[in-house]
Amino acid sequence: MGELIMLFVGAALVNNFLLSRFLGICPFLGVTRELKSALSMGGAVTFVMLVTGLVVWPLQHYVLDPLGLGFLQTVAFILIIAVLVQLLEMFIRKMSPALYEAFGIYLPLITTNCAILGLALLVVGEGFTLAQTLIFALGSAAGYTLAMLMMAGIRQEMEFADVPQAFQGTAISLLIAGLMALAFLGFGGLNVA
Amino acid sequence: MAQYSFWREKWRLISEGLFRDTPPFFLVIGLCPALAVTTAAINGVIMGIAVTFVLMGAEVIISLLRKWIPRTIRIPVYVIIIAVLVTVIDLVLAGTVPAIHRVLGIFVPLIVVNCIILGRVEAFAAHNTPANAAADALGYGLGYMWALVAIGSIREILGNGTWFGLQIFPEGLPTVDLFKLAPGAFVTMAAVLAALNVIRRRRAPTSEKNAAIPVVSRNAAA
Repeated sequence: MGELIMLFVGAALVNNFLLSRFLGICPFLGVTRELKSALSMGGAVTFVMLVTGLVVWPLQHYVLDPLGLGFLQTVAFILIIAVLVQLLEMFIRKMSPALYEAFGIYLPLITTNCAILGLALLVVGEGFTLAQTLIFALGSAAGYTLAMLMMAGIRQEMEFADVPQAFQGTAISLLIAGLMALAFLGFGGLNVA
Repeated sequence: MAQYSFWREKWRLISEGLFRDTPPFFLVIGLCPALAVTTAAINGVIMGIAVTFVLMGAEVIISLLRKWIPRTIRIPVYVIIIAVLVTVIDLVLAGTVPAIHRVLGIFVPLIVVNCIILGRVEAFAAHNTPANAAADALGYGLGYMWALVAIGSIREILGNGTWFGLQIFPEGLPTVDLFKLAPGAFVTMAAVLAALNVIRRRRAPTSEKNAAIPVVSRNAAA
């Protein structure tokens, strides 16, 4: 149990998907203009990450490995993720219009979000068990959402700041991300990863 | 004469990606690998080769098949073609440069979801001839490569005191380790984008400069 908690903390803080692994940077800069959209994107990523972990793990261990088709990993994973996201979108639209309103519109964007395929490749590469995979997905998603919310909070305040002309736009966001990454570097002292 | 204009057209297409819309500097796409693998200049070269290979293959194949791919299912078809090409280059790199392949890690398979590839395929290859698509792919691929090498060079020189493994700073001189770590990647990219902003503003034609001057004074001058 303690080991799983460590795994969660390690995935969420020490090896944060955005600030340490550089996975899923596009929405990090694209949809962090306000807190609400950042939260929705975080919710959508959490949802898809969990389902991806749940699907990819059996696919690798019960289909690709026994058949010796390890080299088809990339092709198989991207296809399964694309199908999965499409099904999830249809399912959510039918089942819960409110939920669809909240983050359904972000779902199509997620197929090409490298955080999802990255998660799939990481859990298989690390040789996790199914329980570890789920905890890792949960931790990564929590860390992702946390970083998205922090970025959105800072950028909302930035609306009133007088940014030097050269840094306006993407540059200032990257600088903020750099400072956040510096702070997150301190979590390395937790010694859990 | 026809020959001459053929090559001029191709050069125009190549230079577009190489100098004008170079990702991730002038078009902010493909940022993840640009931040993650640029701890050394050589990584930029290898990653650039991989992206150029995939982009070239995908653009030419899809351009050849553009009349036969049904519009409604085009995106899944593109993704499968790209994923197969990525698998090929992944295995080639693992066999030829295993040490660098290990450093690049999951960012080689992640080329599948790199916006540059799907973006150029959808915006260009799907409506153009294979020769033009190849020129476009060469421009954007090599453009991405020089961008990665530029960031990798800054980070390697400041963080390690070396460039392509060659000692640049004298042995005893302290280096800034931060540039090898995650924050260094973000800060370097921010600094480069800001510098390019300044350069571009200086180079901007005078009419654009005038646009920044308050309307009143411009009217007075007229």
